[in-house]
Amino acid sequence: MSITAKTLDENEYFYGHKACAGCGGSLAVRIALKVLGERTVAVLPAGCMSAVGFNFPQLCFSNNAIISTFAGTASMLTGIEAGLRAQGITDFQAVGFAGDGGTADIGLQALSGAIDRNDDILYICYDNEAYMNTGIQKSSLTPFGARTTTTPAGKNIRGNLRPKKNMFEIVAAHDIPYAATANVGFLQDFMRKVEKASKIKGTKFIHIIAPCPTGWGIPSDETVEIAKEIVNCGLWVLAEYENGEYKLNYRPKNFSNPADYLKKQSRFRHLTDEDIQTIITSRDIKWGYIDKNYKFNQEEKL
Amino acid sequence: MKPYLREKVPKTLSEIPEYTVFEAGYLVSKNAGWRNVRPTVDKAKCVGCLKCYLCCPDGVIAKQDGKIAIDYDFCKGCGICAKTCKLGAIEMEAEI
Ligand SMILES: Cc1ncc(C[n+]2csc(CCOP(=O)(O)OP(=O)(O)O)c2C)c(N)n1
Ligand code: SF4
Ligand code: SF4
Ligand code: SF4
Ligand SMILES: [Mg+2]
Repeated sequence: MSITAKTLDENEYFYGHKACAGCGGSLAVRIALKVLGERTVAVLPAGCMSAVGFNFPQLCFSNNAIISTFAGTASMLTGIEAGLRAQGITDFQAVGFAGDGGTADIGLQALSGAIDRNDDILYICYDNEAYMNTGIQKSSLTPFGARTTTTPAGKNIRGNLRPKKNMFEIVAAHDIPYAATANVGFLQDFMRKVEKASKIKGTKFIHIIAPCPTGWGIPSDETVEIAKEIVNCGLWVLAEYENGEYKLNYRPKNFSNPADYLKKQSRFRHLTDEDIQTIITSRDIKWGYIDKNYKFNQEEKL
Repeated sequence: MKPYLREKVPKTLSEIPEYTVFEAGYLVSKNAGWRNVRPTVDKAKCVGCLKCYLCCPDGVIAKQDGKIAIDYDFCKGCGICAKTCKLGAIEMEAEI
């Protein structure tokens, strides 16, 4: 049986940080570290989690942790793993926590290289769907229609024009040993995936949706609930890739209405009925593809 | 273990490390001042299911005697715990 709230390490490894109240990214980092334990070396590139975790002398990680360059999460993980191995140290986990910008844009090349070498590292992308630390700019993981400071919502353009990049399948296409998607509204599933990844040799990648009250325009107590909603309305898919196969973890019986999910957030408030229809159509095309290509075992519960 | 508040705040040049290496988990300031509302736990209603413990982004909820306790030095009052508790054992009260 996988780790539960009752059996989870009681130590806290990410504490006293300066993230906004209700920050989904900090929840993802906290839970992953509790699963991985004390002998974890964490790499945090430029982004919210490094900005809120290292404000000398307020150092909020109680395990070994280091800031990397914005582009260099994966390459620093490679170096840490090789360096510790060279010293004969083997009982450790090298984990990176990078944002969506740090992963899907500027850090993509370093990540691709690490997967190609099959370095023994775990890369976790906490996805708040924009460059939050520098004031909400669009990344390639910002979804269609979202208002950011670089994709404003006005008369001519209604937020981001481009769809969200499929980072999970891009990573899987490297034939990585293990890749998964996750969500802070499904923490039991996330803990299972982190634990599983920690036991696999080679490169592992987990992409977790982590709502950001500040950038999404939601109340601070909505983070976990809205994270559940994105899965239930079909706009985020919980899945795994292993041994060359895609596996779906959860299929909502009936999708809830994406309009309800979208309209709760100020970043989507400008969307017209037509925009919402565009989002629903692309969701249905995606699920058509998933139902055809991903294995799904109804008996396996989340 | 968790990072904890220290008495010593490095201030002088000689106390600040030359390289970017320092003790892990070194805290010198609380987050309590960020809070407008405070989660209060009704111990009679709490069954210790730990849902709130799991969901707290700041990790300030700890297990205590089969129930839970909140570290108010670092709770930011986000309200996630209160929303997560289906038994209504946590209420958010205005800070005065
Ligand atoms: C090479 C480089 N370019 C730009 C920056 C400025 N910068 C720091 S954090 C950040 C945004 C990070 O966005 P993301 O990776 O999504 O993480 P988030 O802040 O959203 O958690 C940017 C652009 C930088 N530190 N280094
Ligand atoms: S801006 Fe968003 S991601 Fe960054 S600390 Fe605040 S809530 Fe977290
Ligand atoms: S969620 Fe409610 S019942 Fe469960 S431990 Fe927290 S306060 Fe107690
Ligand atoms: S209000 Fe937020 S920070 Fe405070 S205990 Fe609840 S979940 Fe944690
Ligand atoms: Mg981001």
